[in-house]
Amino acid sequence: MTLSLAKRFCEMPPLLKRVLQFKMCRRKTQSYAVFRHRWMKGLPVLASSFRMINTQPDKEAVDLSKFPVDRIRNFCIVAHIDHGKSTLADRLLEMTGAIAKTEKNKQVLDKLQVERERGITVKAQTASLFYHHKGQQYLLNLIDTPGHVDFSYEVSRSLSACQGVLLIVDANQGIQAQTVANFYLAFEAQLAIIPVINKIDLKNADPDRVESQIEKVLDIPKEECIRISAKLGMNVEKVLQAVVERIPPPTGSIDEPFKALVFDSNFDHYRGVVANIAVVGGRVNKGDKIVSAHLGKTYEVNELGLLRPDEHPTQKLFAGQVGYMVAGMKDVKEAQIGDTLHLQNQPVEALPGFKPAKAMVFAGMYPVDQSEYPALRSAMERLTLNDSSVTVQKDSSLALGAGWRLGFLGLLHMEVFNQRLEQEYNASVIITAPTVPYKAVLSSARLIKEHGSEEITIVNPAHFPDRSVVAEYLEPMVLGTILAPDAYTGKIMSLCLNRRAVQKNMVYIDDQRVMMKYLFPLNEIVVDFYDLLKSLSSGYASFDYENAGYQAADLIKMDILLNGQPVEELTTIIHRTRSYSSGKAMCERLKESIPRQMFEIAVQAAIGSKVIARETIKPYRKNVLAKCYGGDITRKMKLLKKQAEGKKKMRRVGNVDVPKDAFISVLKRKEK
Amino acid sequence: MRRALPAASRVLSCRLRRFSTDIVTEDVSASNNLTKEASLYVHWPYCLRRCTYCNFNKYVPKDNNGHVMAECLQRETETLLQLSQVSCITSVFFGGGTPSLAPPSTISIILETISKHASLHDQAEVTLEVNPTLEGRSKLVDFHHAGVNRFSIGVQSLQDEDLKRLGRDHSSAEALQCIREARRLCPGRVSVDVMFGRPSQTFESWEVELSELLQVCDDHVSLYQLTLERGTQLFKQVQGGNVTMLDEEVVSEMYQHARKTLHQHGFQQYEVSNFARNKSGSLHNLSYWKGRQYIGVGPGAHGRFVPLGEGGVSREARTQTLEPDVWIREVQERGHGTRRRIQLSHLQLLEEVLVMGMRMTKGINHKHWELFSPVLGLNEIFGVSVGVRELLQSGHLIMDDRGLRCSWDGLAVLDSILPVLLVELERILLADTRRFFLVV
Repeated sequence: MTLSLAKRFCEMPPLLKRVLQFKMCRRKTQSYAVFRHRWMKGLPVLASSFRMINTQPDKEAVDLSKFPVDRIRNFCIVAHIDHGKSTLADRLLEMTGAIAKTEKNKQVLDKLQVERERGITVKAQTASLFYHHKGQQYLLNLIDTPGHVDFSYEVSRSLSACQGVLLIVDANQGIQAQTVANFYLAFEAQLAIIPVINKIDLKNADPDRVESQIEKVLDIPKEECIRISAKLGMNVEKVLQAVVERIPPPTGSIDEPFKALVFDSNFDHYRGVVANIAVVGGRVNKGDKIVSAHLGKTYEVNELGLLRPDEHPTQKLFAGQVGYMVAGMKDVKEAQIGDTLHLQNQPVEALPGFKPAKAMVFAGMYPVDQSEYPALRSAMERLTLNDSSVTVQKDSSLALGAGWRLGFLGLLHMEVFNQRLEQEYNASVIITAPTVPYKAVLSSARLIKEHGSEEITIVNPAHFPDRSVVAEYLEPMVLGTILAPDAYTGKIMSLCLNRRAVQKNMVYIDDQRVMMKYLFPLNEIVVDFYDLLKSLSSGYASFDYENAGYQAADLIKMDILLNGQPVEELTTIIHRTRSYSSGKAMCERLKESIPRQMFEIAVQAAIGSKVIARETIKPYRKNVLAKCYGGDITRKMKLLKKQAEGKKKMRRVGNVDVPKDAFISVLKRKEK
Repeated sequence: MRRALPAASRVLSCRLRRFSTDIVTEDVSASNNLTKEASLYVHWPYCLRRCTYCNFNKYVPKDNNGHVMAECLQRETETLLQLSQVSCITSVFFGGGTPSLAPPSTISIILETISKHASLHDQAEVTLEVNPTLEGRSKLVDFHHAGVNRFSIGVQSLQDEDLKRLGRDHSSAEALQCIREARRLCPGRVSVDVMFGRPSQTFESWEVELSELLQVCDDHVSLYQLTLERGTQLFKQVQGGNVTMLDEEVVSEMYQHARKTLHQHGFQQYEVSNFARNKSGSLHNLSYWKGRQYIGVGPGAHGRFVPLGEGGVSREARTQTLEPDVWIREVQERGHGTRRRIQLSHLQLLEEVLVMGMRMTKGINHKHWELFSPVLGLNEIFGVSVGVRELLQSGHLIMDDRGLRCSWDGLAVLDSILPVLLVELERILLADTRRFFLVV
């Protein structure tokens, strides 16, 4: 099932560029001294003698030439969300002395505010670990990857720098949809897969059952599973041993010409682009002249090092190793993810690179105030360069001014992007209703000529062509995989039916859990399907999906009006059969999210000029503080100023002030 | 004649008092009077019991420390008057708490102290809040002798059931007697406070109550909507589901009905909650709304003045220490219990002037605004805004030769209007500052 998905992700394009703003902050705030201090605490035995530390190879004078490829392992941790991936990463970091062992190590690799707030990993992170095994010291490069359906793009890109994966499965929850998807990504990339059953300390843990699921669904022998508790550190040592013993070393040789893959990058105000590279062959030294195969530009290597997970400068990097490089790239656009680097005058055959992630959800993004356009543009540039899975297109609208139409991998991706814009760049934006890429088969010869093709893709509802010039509308479909305990089958089936889904398949993966496959119209799952599925199954169901082409559909455009003024953000393309219920629900929810004002507000849903639903927001008849004398007017002033500030951030539609979050909350459907 | 006694009591300190005739009226004072004058508020923090709806700064007194309190109020009055360097106190207001619990001698001591350090005209308004209990009523004469010439009586309700529920310690009969006595002493200068939107009230019962009130009241009425404040007993009752607050719609009907009825009886509404006939508006409260300086004395009192005495040049928002015991200690040690001082920026000052001024039915006239903002007039600040234009068109705001004010309907939704005005004020002022820096 995930075959096409895997393929889609396997090769990614050379044309996208990125910046990692959050890493930049980290680098600025965390001095080298602090790093050393933490590191020393992490190795209490060695900390007793400073000289001893100095003799350790993993000090800054680390001699990476001591690590030929056969003593290097590059691996990823992949898992369904919340199966304990980041916790295992924390333990591995502690055990290898990369970070101090304290109670506070929670999601050490999750640096973004949004990651910590939401308890998810959004960005892949790298850490090099030193590990002793049977008298040898190994260099283990760990890449922690995201665990949400929206971010599988990051997963597959990380896989390209690895030879093996740790596939974590929760001992209580068992295999989930994302487990299956991640497995296929790794399988397709021909990586060694080590199944790890986590959380065996939980009361309800049933590792036997999970082992048989793994055997049945993923076709991996039970005996290969490692049972651990990352939280307690139980058996984590076995995981490290397995990494060394079961994952093959990288294939490159130190004697080949230098060749490296840029698999991630970020931007630092002081040093420019900091690229994460995997050295595929040969070696690179500080001071070397290197060339980007994509642009053909030459740079000098100013800085090289390992990420542990903080930067740890070295003089050289050798074949098989993973690290960072600063090479005087001043423009974020010069750091192409998937690009190949080689030495000047020693050209090599470029690595395959990456194919761009395919956007599944589109939305308009506009500054709240047009005067903030330049600032927002620069924030957007930074963030999109840092997240190459976002597609960007300039857009403008009469109501919202100049802005962009952005393509995201999913709604969570969109929310995270928006949250990062606000948190990391202090930008305030308006986001329009997300839409999926619809298509229309044109019937008008004039339009066909104008567009140069019979079939057009519509990513902006404002450009939805009228029925009269269209032979047929098409909507994108996805094949969804749902795994859940069989007790929830009934509820899930009715939810899917309600979303115009057609069941394709249903199998028991053990005596309690069912795997169901449904063909969904993409727009039915974009906004809130996942949340609903989670809540109606008490969190037990999981979901993943892959593209399944297009199907003809009876689509119409629906406008939402406030006092007769269309709210451009909320214009949606929907299936005709859903228009009444959806229009009514949107009006009801908009009524709840718009505060009362001094005048009556009519909230309407309309198709063309026909109003199909209406709600009324009653005006304030009295809104004034009764007592206001010389007493504490400071408090009153603060309250009013806060309202005034809030007003500035509201979006005005006609004479109505609408809080920005109203738009997103309006789109979330509530199922009875 | 009725002023004879208090006047006599002040004759003692006559030689210390400077002659002054300028009772502040809105047009007389020029901008330099802004810092020369102030009104003075004195906070008496004690109550015999807590009302269920009240979250004001009040304490049930532990022991009889009336004497210490009087001394400290006097001391702080002195200190702050010297600090402000005002030459004239335009009005005095004794609030609380329950200031009618204070000994009348305390009132006269404070008034004398004021007269020693600034001019306090014989006709200057001196108001005392009265709890219409038997004790409150019986002390009215003495308060009047002490120099009080205006009483504000906390009637709250004419329904005994409600008074009990609100935690008041008087009956409606006592309230009526108190009003009569106060009117006898200060005819035309008695105000009654009434509360509407009480949980058990209906629109009909409010109609009846209001007409009863109109038969007994003097020339001033303050109407307050009961608001639910955190930390009150009422809040707990509502949270616990034992009491239900009235529907917003009903409460606004009550307010509109009261405004109309009072108007029909010759009362002019001059502020959101205040109504007067025969020009009996409270000068003291008007001076707050007009953005004048005021000095706050007593635990938790607030003030707004320029501390000229220590070389200050801009107005400060000043707050006195809340807890009476701590405040007393501070006054004894330092002469005052000022806990917090915040210098108001020009923008902040104008924001307060705007927010307070718009509460008056007359709003802010051009001259009044010019006093605080000589460069940017009302037209320049609010004349170009889309938001303001919409409010003018919808009939909530009026801007003309006189100035800026709310319409009848607008006043009832002032808190929805103010954010629009504040946004505009800040925008224009910041733009102006930028321009200023560019020129410089």
